[in-house]
Amino acid sequence: MSPLQRILVFAPFAVLIALVAVFALQLDDDPSILPSALIDQPVPAFSLDVLGSETGVDQTLFAAGDVTLINVFASWCQPCWAEHSVVADLAKNGVNIVGWAYKDTPEAIAGFLEDLGNPYSHVVLDEDGQAAINLGVYGAPETYVVDRAGVIRHRHVGALTPDIVREQLRPLIESLSS
Amino acid sequence: MMAWVHTLVFCMVFAFITPAGAVGVDAETLADPAQEHLAQSVMAQLRCLVCQNQSIVDSDAPLAADLRGLVRTRVAAGDTPKQVKDYLVARYGDWVLLNPPLKSSTVLLWAAPIAALLFGCIGIVFARLSRKSAAVLSKDDAEAADAILGGDH
Repeated sequence: MSPLQRILVFAPFAVLIALVAVFALQLDDDPSILPSALIDQPVPAFSLDVLGSETGVDQTLFAAGDVTLINVFASWCQPCWAEHSVVADLAKNGVNIVGWAYKDTPEAIAGFLEDLGNPYSHVVLDEDGQAAINLGVYGAPETYVVDRAGVIRHRHVGALTPDIVREQLRPLIESLSS
Repeated sequence: MMAWVHTLVFCMVFAFITPAGAVGVDAETLADPAQEHLAQSVMAQLRCLVCQNQSIVDSDAPLAADLRGLVRTRVAAGDTPKQVKDYLVARYGDWVLLNPPLKSSTVLLWAAPIAALLFGCIGIVFARLSRKSAAVLSKDDAEAADAILGGDH
């Protein structure tokens, strides 16, 4: 066989091995976790009612100068019940958290917070889920880290766990606060 | 034989059953049939983010229904299909498009089939050429073969 033929014969094996390597590396990625298109962009404009308040809020809520978390949750969402103690811990440690009540009624949200406690500085009511579309929300729970200027810096999809808070959220919040 | 005919009939029957039109589930459609048709053609190009391998036309996830409503609203307001898609890409990223756009990060994706075809063609050409050259004996080989075969021809 000429050298060229030898290359041609072995090329398919090389391609196969390369593909197996690429697929193996992808196995760890959870395809249901999508990157946010809004990273490094300001919180989009919205205007929503606040639970237990006569006055609503808009996106300027996040330009108030504190690092803030937006926690998208709902009383119908099982993982939201599971992550609630983690969210409460964050709030206890002085993190400002806005609850984004996604596709839920004020009554059900009030009941949820009565049962589990209310760790949120504000609970905005997005009953039809339309404002959440502007935020790129595709399910609950989701958690966004917003910096002091009101710019989205991070999104976590799914329930928060103590590990995720320790390894991802805490370091980010600290670096954005300083 | 009968079993074979049964299978054929079975397949033909099912070939003509189309999904019962998940879009029909929506209580509100656009009054203008042309606009509704346009809205549905846009929906067919948008990925359901929850179920991932369905378009929002095919999905009955609540978010897909919300997005269908949003597409209808924007089409009714006079948006072009491109404007509607850009609006959603700005919020959900390229992932929301079932057909990935051609850009620097997706060149490999689009070029791979063409490259595979090209390499296949090159492979076939080389295989043909080497077979042809193997079939032609050199002068020395031909004389050697004649000597072994007794030079009958």
